[in-house]
Amino acid sequence: MKNEWPLWEVFIRGQHGLAHRHVGSLHAPDAETAILNARDVYTRRNEGVSIWVVEAKHIAASSPSEKGPLFEPSESKIYRHPTFFDIPEEVGHM
Amino acid sequence: MYAQMVKTASNRVKTREEMSPEEQHFQDKIDNDVKIEPKDWMPEDYRRTLIRQIGQHAHSEVVGQLPEGNWITRAPTLERKAILLAKVQDEAGHGLYLYSAAETLGVSRDELIELLHEGKMKYSSIFNYPTLNWADIGAVGWLVDGAAIINQVALQRTSYGPYSRAMIRICKEESFHARQGYSAIMKMAFGTPEQKKMAQDAVNRLWFPALMMFGPSDKDSVHSEQSMAWKIKVKTNDELRQQFVDQTVPQIDYLGLERPDPTIKWNEERGHYDFAMPDWDEFFNVIKGNGPCNADRMENRRKAWEDGAWVREGLLEHARKKAARKVAAE
Ligand SMILES: [Fe+2]
Ligand SMILES: [Fe+2]
Repeated sequence: MKNEWPLWEVFIRGQHGLAHRHVGSLHAPDAETAILNARDVYTRRNEGVSIWVVEAKHIAASSPSEKGPLFEPSESKIYRHPTFFDIPEEVGHM
Repeated sequence: MYAQMVKTASNRVKTREEMSPEEQHFQDKIDNDVKIEPKDWMPEDYRRTLIRQIGQHAHSEVVGQLPEGNWITRAPTLERKAILLAKVQDEAGHGLYLYSAAETLGVSRDELIELLHEGKMKYSSIFNYPTLNWADIGAVGWLVDGAAIINQVALQRTSYGPYSRAMIRICKEESFHARQGYSAIMKMAFGTPEQKKMAQDAVNRLWFPALMMFGPSDKDSVHSEQSMAWKIKVKTNDELRQQFVDQTVPQIDYLGLERPDPTIKWNEERGHYDFAMPDWDEFFNVIKGNGPCNADRMENRRKAWEDGAWVREGLLEHARKKAARKVAAE
């Protein structure tokens, strides 16, 4: 379609100091308007204190076919989790 | 329901033997409640059916603003006006979330909007009924959004990730819609005899159209089976409709209004209310475009779209020039 506004992905940081989180997307002609639209659509009930927008075409994503090579290697490395190690109860909380 | 009659390419579900290895893998994910995400492999029919369903759903949110928007300037108090405005604004947001979900399937929002305006896509039949007075606005929030909630709560578990996430977001906002409606109708039902009469009239007129929102009876719903297998649909039309009736009848009774259908009766054995089905001929007629407000709604939609074209184009042109100036300055 010609003259369609580009798509932006919207990230919002909530009240409690957590990282910005992806909340959805919207169309806007430019970044400034995208932020204003994001304010109107995604923060009408105090959902956030900060907004990031990025044009969707600038996001690079892993592809589902890479799922195996990318994520399987970590499956076998259970020693990376604290629960792998038995610590005697006498030692106390660790 | 917001998508009442979504056509699927086939009326019959493939057996496992008929499926390709890819299809089998896909069906296994669905059976195990693993969400399907935009870049995952999916059958072409799944993609097409979803575009139709999510598109219809999005159109319903947007067209649904019209019967209510009609009353914003005539709300009885400033508070009611602010509430209705906020509610209608939410619906615009719902439309946006859903168009965004559809866009992940490779169709653009503008394309979907144009298909709607060309009459090639549908929206819920309920929005082709008029809102004649303030009591109707209360009844719409209570009954229409109430019905929408039942459908949308079920769809939170739908198999397509972006659709499911849109439903979760929408459901968070919907109970405000139903409650503000019920609160408005309560005021009328417990008000003067004149007001009570208006409330009764609104319920009488909107009851059957609200029941139609869930789509035809299961026995006549030819497209359900594949959609259920794909978990695009999670409950059948009749299950959802029954849930709505069971939930709503006590709410009607509380208001001291007469039940809009004299055959409604608690069925001890079934543990549900018995009730009369709407007039399905009327339903199919409205779906075909011959309801009381179809022409009006589409005319308003097209006009809004066309009248807004210069704004959309102007802002885009401005953004292009600004970007070019920035490049030149660097
Ligand atoms: Fe909605
Ligand atoms: Fe709503």
